[in-house]
Amino acid sequence: MLNIVNKSPLDRNTLQTCLDAGTGGAILLIEDGVYAATRGNAFESKLKAVQGNYKLFALGPDLDARGVGDRVSDGVTVVDYAGFVDLVTEYKTCQSWL
Amino acid sequence: MGTIDINGKSVETDEEGYLVNLNDWDEAIGGELAKSENVAMTEQHWEVVNFLREYYNEFQIAPAVRVLTKAIGKKLGPEKGNSQYLYELFPYGPAKQACKIAGLPKPTGCI
Amino acid sequence: MTTKKFMFVNRKAPYGTVYALESLEVVLIGAAFEQDVSLAFLDDGVYQLKKGHQTKGIEMKGFEKTYGALDDYDVNKLYVDEESLAARGLTADDLCVPVEVMSRAAIGKLMEEQDVLLSF
Repeated sequence: MLNIVNKSPLDRNTLQTCLDAGTGGAILLIEDGVYAATRGNAFESKLKAVQGNYKLFALGPDLDARGVGDRVSDGVTVVDYAGFVDLVTEYKTCQSWL
Repeated sequence: MGTIDINGKSVETDEEGYLVNLNDWDEAIGGELAKSENVAMTEQHWEVVNFLREYYNEFQIAPAVRVLTKAIGKKLGPEKGNSQYLYELFPYGPAKQACKIAGLPKPTGCI
Repeated sequence: MTTKKFMFVNRKAPYGTVYALESLEVVLIGAAFEQDVSLAFLDDGVYQLKKGHQTKGIEMKGFEKTYGALDDYDVNKLYVDEESLAARGLTADDLCVPVEVMSRAAIGKLMEEQDVLLSF
């Protein structure tokens, strides 16, 4: 499954619940969710811990808008809008966590 | 919604006559906007209009009149940085009228 | 007119929600009333001041530059929570305007001194 998360992990527990409930697949971080994929963020270690189970992606335009495009954590792949669409078609199911 | 048509160019304005797209602006458009405000543009008028465009470019906002007055005083001298001078140039409100002519949105803090 | 102490408390990241921009606009509009205004940034609110917003890709108007105009509006008391910065891997050098970095407890004390608190 592709999980799409658009909330900051330090503001809402959306990403935490996604990790707790999920069994693997991919996580695409968009909007305020991209902060989870930045170096030094308090949630960074939790994402690192699940890298064996999940492919991690973050949306480039959202990273750039927030001035954090140059501090993406290792192991996270930056995608553009076309890459976003490719991911959605690649996975059988997709959950947009709100 | 309206349009301004000049030199074969047609640009959109909102219901209050402000340009919809900042990038549509050029001096000819500025001149047309001034006509709609009944302002006869002089070098002094353009100085304020150009100042506003620079201010917008730097801070992404059209300044409130108090801020405009102070900032103009800093840049162009106290004889221009006072509301009397600015109201003589733009009688219906320097921030509001000059912003419109400069192609900017209505000033933030314009009440 | 008597002057009151207003503090705007910013706790949301920019762009994902409209709170940051709304707060900034209220600050600028409110500045016309010449009150004693300060801004506090806690939690994800510190992200509002992160340098280098490039919003072209998301087709939204960026407002990082507007924080630079606050000084023209006589708003120059910006307080940033150091714990919130640390939890996000940020320091004062990562921010787009000069601020006073202080502890959460110190910001709490300042809140007690206010007449009006507006939380965004």
